Amino acid sequence: MREQILQILSTEGRAPAEDIAERLGLAPGQVAEAIADMERDGTILGYRALVDWSAADIERVFAFILVEGTPEHGVGFDRLAQHIARFDEVHSLHLTSGSADLTVVVEGTDFRDIARFVAEKLAPSPGVSGTATSFVLKTYKLDGKLLGEPAAVRRLAVSP
Amino acid sequence: MSIQQRTGSRLSRLAAHLRPSGIREFFDLVVGMDEVISLGVGEPDFPTPWRICDAVIQSLREGATSYTPNRGMVELRIEIARYLEDRYGVSYDPHEQILVTVGVSEAVDLAMRCLLDPGDEVLVPDPCYVSYAPCVELAYGVPVTVRTRLEDQFRLMPAPMAAACTQRTRALLFGNPSNPTGAVMRREHLAELARVAIEHDLLVVADEIYAELTYDGHHVCLAALPGMYERTLLLNGFSKADAMTGWRIGYACGPAEIIEAMTKMHAYTTMCVPIMAQIAAIEALRNGEADRARMIGEYDQRRRIIVNGLNRIGLECFEPMGAFYAFPSIAATGLTSAQFAKALLLDQRVAVVPGIAFGAAGEGHVRCSYASSIADLRAALARMETFLGRLRAGEVEVPQ
Repeated sequence: MREQILQILSTEGRAPAEDIAERLGLAPGQVAEAIADMERDGTILGYRALVDWSAADIERVFAFILVEGTPEHGVGFDRLAQHIARFDEVHSLHLTSGSADLTVVVEGTDFRDIARFVAEKLAPSPGVSGTATSFVLKTYKLDGKLLGEPAAVRRLAVSP
Repeated sequence: MSIQQRTGSRLSRLAAHLRPSGIREFFDLVVGMDEVISLGVGEPDFPTPWRICDAVIQSLREGATSYTPNRGMVELRIEIARYLEDRYGVSYDPHEQILVTVGVSEAVDLAMRCLLDPGDEVLVPDPCYVSYAPCVELAYGVPVTVRTRLEDQFRLMPAPMAAACTQRTRALLFGNPSNPTGAVMRREHLAELARVAIEHDLLVVADEIYAELTYDGHHVCLAALPGMYERTLLLNGFSKADAMTGWRIGYACGPAEIIEAMTKMHAYTTMCVPIMAQIAAIEALRNGEADRARMIGEYDQRRRIIVNGLNRIGLECFEPMGAFYAFPSIAATGLTSAQFAKALLLDQRVAVVPGIAFGAAGEGHVRCSYASSIADLRAALARMETFLGRLRAGEVEVPQ
């Protein structure tokens, strides 16, 4: 049940509990309670509008920063990651396999803003041994949504 | 005097007398109108999953544009056999017992032309898919309708089926799950049909195109029942479950003798199904399960919305357990299904298909497809509720 509810909410954040309940053939109270539980226990972290900033003509720049760090005894990269994560500029942060240790998504108002953050805050953080920055130039798909979606498929209005 | 002069027409009697489907007529009405929410669509609103399109695009880059064997690519027939075995427990030899056809549509047509001598009778349910009776007629057969009833959830019942059998009855042609009713026949229901089929030595052509779209339970192939394997043609395809309606590809499985005969005909009339469609089908069978499950999960949610909604606004609707159609009763309005559909369209711009288009026993019902977004379904239900209110208040102009 939780998985089905999350499946819906993760793509339709504003779907009311009664609507979800009807679609899944569950009792509305049951669904409302499950949602409340998941909000309380941190399974559901929040609800956000998924925004195409370029369509809104509002300047927002994103960058992927691959961070090489020095793992620490007993905690690995946890301490470093938690330190970096607390910066407001950090949109997302993941421990990843491959050439980097941490992958950081940074959000800023323009390229210089991000470059300044990397140089002055991120790279000098104790435990960071190197960074590699890639700026997002254009977004084609965001969180499962194609941007600039082509017109819906035109079916015949009536068919047997 | 030429034949043309004697009969007064260039057309054969068969061609001249073939009636266009009731759907066609309604389609022409809808097409000219703007802002219509159509619940009259018999195909998925999802495009074919991209991985399938991608596989075909790649095959085109590799130059796959030629004829295939008449029966269909052997890789495809092997995948079909494997799928039917794994999913439904029925085994067919991919070399002798499977024919890839241009949709289930072509399979029905070929089956009728292979099974019937002129004047032979074929049982078809009433209501049923619009093509069944015409395909029987095109093969110079005689369709004999077997009425199904709301009381039986529109399942085909053994007693009326047996009563409709005569010395000339060759076959039963039916769909499970059903278009237009959404009815599903489970193992116990099919077993009763099987008894009648065996007793009257009928061949059964089972159109199971909606098999995957079975809610609350697993589809049972008629061919899996004892005594039925040797007298069943199992028809299925990719249009509904894999959102591949436009690709025009399906298949027929059955006794080698019948498949061989159908293959011979198919070889002359069609040569083979387009190679692109076959490549798409292979990809669907190999890697399409997750996409199918996702789409069917969506249909199930929409099913609940439309059935609850129709009942809530006063159009009594039994719960359909398969396909993507609801078949509510409009008897309470006092209108015929054609009047209801036309009035609803003109007054509120919602299209549903009049039940009469599917047979006399469809009268008093309309077919509402739920292969549309939840937003569209809710909007359509709201408009239908408005319509019913206006109808009760005498504010709707009822067409003739």
